[in-house]
Amino acid sequence: MSAVLIIEQVLNGLQFGVMLFLMAAGLTLVFGVMGLINLAHGSLYMIGAFACAAVAMATGSFWLGLAASIAASAAAGALIEVAVIRRLYDRDHLDQVLATFALILVFSEGTRWVFGSFPLYLDPPEGLSGAVTLPGGIDYPLYRLAIIVAGLAVAAGLFWLIGGTRLGIRIRAGESDREMIAALGVNIAALYTVVFALGAGLAGLAGAMVGAIQSVQVGMGEPVLILAFVVIVIGGVGSVAGALVGALLVGLTDTLGRFLLPVAFGAILPPSEAMGVGSALASMLIYLLMAVVLIFRPQGLFGARA
Amino acid sequence: MTRRIAMVAALAALIGGGAVADTVKVGMITTLSGGGAGLGIDVRDGFLLALKMAGTRDVELVIEDDQQKPDIAVQLADKMIQSDRVDVLTGIIWSNLAMAVVPGAVRQGVFYLSPNAGPSQLAGKGCHENYFNVAWQNDNLHEAAGAYAMKAGYQNVFIMAPNYPAGKDALTGFKRFYTGKLAGELYTKLGQTDYAAEIAQIRASGADAVFFFLPGGMGIAFLKQYAQSGVGIPLIGPAFSFDQTILAAVGDAALGVRNTSQWSKDLENDANRAFVAAFLKEYGRLPSLYASQGFDTANLLLSAMARAEVEDKAAFRDALRKADFASVRGKFRFNTNHHPIQDIYVREVVREGDVLTNHVVTVALEDHGDAYAAECRM
Amino acid sequence: MTREGAVNAVILALLAAVALAGAAGDRPFLVTLAAKVAILGLAGVGLNIALGFGGLVSFGHAAFFGLGGYVAGILASHAQNYEPVAEWPITIAGTQEMLIIWPAALAACALAAAVIGALSLRTSGIFFIMITLAFAQMLYYFAISWPAYGGEDGLPIYLRNAFPGLDTMDGLQFFALCLAALVLGVGLSWRLRDSRFGLALEAARQNPERVAAVGIRVFRVRLAAFVISAAITGLAGALYADLNRFVSPAMLSWQTSGELIVLVILGGVGRLWGPVAGAGLFVFLEHVLGGVSEYWQALLGLMLLGVVLFARGGLLGLLAGARRHG
Repeated sequence: MSAVLIIEQVLNGLQFGVMLFLMAAGLTLVFGVMGLINLAHGSLYMIGAFACAAVAMATGSFWLGLAASIAASAAAGALIEVAVIRRLYDRDHLDQVLATFALILVFSEGTRWVFGSFPLYLDPPEGLSGAVTLPGGIDYPLYRLAIIVAGLAVAAGLFWLIGGTRLGIRIRAGESDREMIAALGVNIAALYTVVFALGAGLAGLAGAMVGAIQSVQVGMGEPVLILAFVVIVIGGVGSVAGALVGALLVGLTDTLGRFLLPVAFGAILPPSEAMGVGSALASMLIYLLMAVVLIFRPQGLFGARA
Repeated sequence: MTRRIAMVAALAALIGGGAVADTVKVGMITTLSGGGAGLGIDVRDGFLLALKMAGTRDVELVIEDDQQKPDIAVQLADKMIQSDRVDVLTGIIWSNLAMAVVPGAVRQGVFYLSPNAGPSQLAGKGCHENYFNVAWQNDNLHEAAGAYAMKAGYQNVFIMAPNYPAGKDALTGFKRFYTGKLAGELYTKLGQTDYAAEIAQIRASGADAVFFFLPGGMGIAFLKQYAQSGVGIPLIGPAFSFDQTILAAVGDAALGVRNTSQWSKDLENDANRAFVAAFLKEYGRLPSLYASQGFDTANLLLSAMARAEVEDKAAFRDALRKADFASVRGKFRFNTNHHPIQDIYVREVVREGDVLTNHVVTVALEDHGDAYAAECRM
Repeated sequence: MTREGAVNAVILALLAAVALAGAAGDRPFLVTLAAKVAILGLAGVGLNIALGFGGLVSFGHAAFFGLGGYVAGILASHAQNYEPVAEWPITIAGTQEMLIIWPAALAACALAAAVIGALSLRTSGIFFIMITLAFAQMLYYFAISWPAYGGEDGLPIYLRNAFPGLDTMDGLQFFALCLAALVLGVGLSWRLRDSRFGLALEAARQNPERVAAVGIRVFRVRLAAFVISAAITGLAGALYADLNRFVSPAMLSWQTSGELIVLVILGGVGRLWGPVAGAGLFVFLEHVLGGVSEYWQALLGLMLLGVVLFARGGLLGLLAGARRHG
């Protein structure tokens, strides 16, 4: 096992983490501001990927597809916020879980109805395909580097949005005291729709970017959704910084666990068996991480209150 | 959930001679909703096409969606056997669903014709006289890949599959025929979508070829990421990741990859030419491996119906065992454990106009049975 | 009899009538469906104790449903193969007797729930939802990749386990057994709700600080409720394994957890017979909508949305009016 391989795996873990952050950012924002658990976030991710694939196929341009993915998922987000989600803010978590679970069913089968049952084609743009050689002789896919850059850019953008803009001030105010900002004449309903659409747009962007190197198919959103929930719970729900740290932690744990655990078990077991036991444990590892974090910090790493 | 499809037109005229015009009730349990629906739809469409081409009105078909859930599949099988009183069951795509349904169903006297799954348990000790597999035993395509790797002179192969029973069978099957060195052996998480860590290990392993079994979306993701990574080590895999249903989504990343299959759309025989043309005309898309298996399953059934009445179980079983139909894959006969003995080909992914498809390159294994037939006592 | 009592009696009668009609009218599949409703109803009754009475939104009850199923499956498969389950420290033989399997399933699930609950109940709100999900996911991936009991392929039982004096392979007799278990489960949850323990649990849901102030250990009350809840759901899992004569990791998946929650809410949260009504409606919809369209799950989703948005209190809320308690 060479140092180069370990560095490459760390890079892979970071990249996976950034991908998860794109998904988790919207989720944690929506929970932080509106107190809503949105299981349908994975469906918005799927809508982004399908919109990107469909537009890229029709126009031949990945970038138009990317724009379409943000637009389509933000529009879908705004639509369900106005039609459904809005009625759930003052309900308990149970109703929110059920209603958004129902939305998953509607979106999944609706997408299958529109696009059919077969996976769609979506490839990274010409300019970003292939691998580049990094210092130290590591060959690394250019598109994955682009994902890392895009994810960090989104993170920076979000911090700026929340910390330094008028909308951000309102969002932070909405988190702490709803009545107060309503009294100040801010249109709460419109603010919530904007925040929800923003979260949806981020999910759509993630779906489009990730869809280019994965499979664009019905049901692609749910596994990522569960991971994104793990991320925001570890980070502390509602905290964008927590989501970033949680995402990187989960990304690194998963990638390095998959890589190192079988090697570690190989020291005490015959190769085939070590592989089986090691990878079984690796697939449970992030849930183990989450349980451990919550046992010692029940509010998550960056959570404000218990 | 019931859709009854009554087949119109006359069968007797076509089959002639010893035809026994008696209705056979067939229950099809397959996956028609959710992410895995594409496979079930193709099996169903292939099956329906065969009935339509035969012009039979003697098959009464009940089709139900198993949602890819084993408990639902078992309950549907109970319903079809108890309430619909079907004579024959078919349609299941996934091995775990087949394991849930088949042992119980065949013991209740129903025939089961498998259009896709072939778990090793049902080929060996758990074989049954009423169970016929019309596709392959699960290990077959992987064994062929192993044989091809030997033939092509690879000496240091990296092998990889998801960590579940079919994945372990795949690697075992490959190793049964590939006896060279292994550069690495990896099990991935079922449903995994990111393969950066695995690709890095492949790059570092110094392998001269990579064998992988990653069905469905997993294979699409792996192939795209592999193409992006710039690792140029040749890939070998079973047909599942290079099938017509998937190739369009993988794109150029699949070009040139050698894969093993018992069927290809360019196989030169009359039955296949007629099937490919008719499927394209009927559904407006090229047939997949799954469609070909559904088509053969229906034709096997029709061939048995022409020889015997389904009420006479022993006679009908003998008629099925004869496999007296023109398979779209050419040669086809049943082994002692009612699994196919057939040729398995190596195909290469090529571009034809603006669609990606496969061409047969060579034969990997001729008249190939499976490793479990000896354990089967019928 | 109160209005809710009357509705409950109708639900029970309807369920029995469907099974009897199926048996009499030679439609055995109806009996199977009725048994499925009884079993899913029992699982829901279990979940309802945590979810409805205690306000503990567990998104991981599939762990107990599946664990109960695997206890039944593993004991039966060892009995069929004449291999002991363990030889050390004591020899444990496999068995196909439900009267041994059920206590084993109850005990295994109670033990698992004691561990999971003790860790999870340190958190609340969305954290509790997610940590219970995390434990269920761990078990799910473990079951998929552990080869001894079939992994993802699952574990067939072939013949239903035995109950003294009954032929469990007979649909109606098996249904009667499930119905009896269901009635026992509902009876237990009724006694529990109206006991001092139940009152403390209910009070802890509404105002934990005040309950703590009168000297009741909220954590212990909740943990006990979580354990009882899990054990009942586990018993339902053991029965479900027998219904299908098959166990698979799908029973442990997060979709199963979601469906169990759906049952409880469809029927009416915190209502004694709510989960049974919910299970009935769910199974009915699954089979009727499936005939309407290939995209029936979208219709199911729309109906669920309708229930959450416009029919709070679920089916029982609709039929029997608002809940008496809280």
